[in-house]
Amino acid sequence: MNILVGLFLVIGFIFFTGGAVGILRMPDFYTRLHPAGKLDTMGQLMTMGAMALYVVGLDLSLASVLTGLKILMISGLVFITSPTATHAIVDAGVRAGMEPWTKSETEDFRDLGA
Amino acid sequence: MTPFFLYSGIYLCFLMVLTLYRAIFGPTVLDRMIGVNAIGSKTTVLLVLIGLIYQRVDMFVDIALAYACLNFIAVLAAARYFQKRKGLYDETRSR
Repeated sequence: MNILVGLFLVIGFIFFTGGAVGILRMPDFYTRLHPAGKLDTMGQLMTMGAMALYVVGLDLSLASVLTGLKILMISGLVFITSPTATHAIVDAGVRAGMEPWTKSETEDFRDLGA
Repeated sequence: MTPFFLYSGIYLCFLMVLTLYRAIFGPTVLDRMIGVNAIGSKTTVLLVLIGLIYQRVDMFVDIALAYACLNFIAVLAAARYFQKRKGLYDETRSR
């Protein structure tokens, strides 16, 4: 059981690392929302699932099962709210008239070190 | 298993520092909102990890749930605010 919990945690942290690197390296804020929205949600599901598994596997009583279920409910909540928040940010950007990144601007961003 | 959770929490804090760069130096306001949102979603995981380290998961789960709701509402409100105010501009273009 502990091996499974560790495996899920490490997979979740791989997703989180990808999300952090994507947020740092992507050229535009529209493209930055892609790792921020997807990889954080997936890493969050993996780590929350690992911790729920650990709590239930520690002692199989009603209280610990309820706690594990609550941890999974947080994961379900984030699965609803994270795409909604991402959509709200994109909507604000589009309505403010910000233009998406195109390839001709690559040199400008490279000069800034972004 | 507790040292493993401890090192996981430290690594998660390191990732939050990486994301904090985007929240501080982001060229636009929306970049900062992305960084804050990502830090918040990592914080919910970190809160449950802290609960596992201190062996009080039943209490910390509620805090994490409240933090997830608060993070969502904050990002939604900020997005609506900047949409109405049209105060967004690309700070790299204005140089």
